[in-house]
Amino acid sequence: MDALLNILISKANYWLYIILMMIGLYGIMVKKNLVKKIIGLNILQTAVILFFISVGAKEKATIPIIEHGNDTVHAAVSASHYINPLPHVLMLTAIVVAVATLGVALALVIRIHQQYHTLEEEEILKRIQET
Amino acid sequence: MIWQIEITILIIVIILAVGALGVKDLLGAAILFGAYSFMMCLLWAIMGAVDVAFTEASVGAGVSTVMFVAAVFRTSRRTED
Repeated sequence: MDALLNILISKANYWLYIILMMIGLYGIMVKKNLVKKIIGLNILQTAVILFFISVGAKEKATIPIIEHGNDTVHAAVSASHYINPLPHVLMLTAIVVAVATLGVALALVIRIHQQYHTLEEEEILKRIQET
Repeated sequence: MIWQIEITILIIVIILAVGALGVKDLLGAAILFGAYSFMMCLLWAIMGAVDVAFTEASVGAGVSTVMFVAAVFRTSRRTED
């Protein structure tokens, strides 16, 4: 019990990321409005990106830019003084992909509204069955 | 990374996410989602990911909000849930 409590408290920020992720999943699955579904999708994406960024963060470390320039004396660089830049680079790509999917999704929503004059999922299904 | 500021901003982010999904007006949801993106950008700047924070502030908060507002004006603001 004590060990479990220790895990729960020391990983508190991870639990908050999981809560954020579940809020996004709830938005995708439960909300009937198409724009609300897209907002839920974006919240889920940013929560995953947040988790990856937090994995690379370190205590008492600075941003990943080496202080010694190209013409100065070469000094030993300790990796523990710099935040891990690999998740940053991966998640930079993920943000751009997120915006691209958002654009395509909103274009599809606008087209659906032109066709069926509503954004509610159930009304769209009803009008598909009528025609 | 200062953990007090990180936890505070995380709680603000969760409140804004719930608000963006819960509000009954799609324009309000778009604006709340923009505020959510800016808070997320602040969180990444605290974690030392300055390049990701910069991209999120320009692309995530700026362009996404403009896209949402444009899409809401071209369709309807009405929502059931």
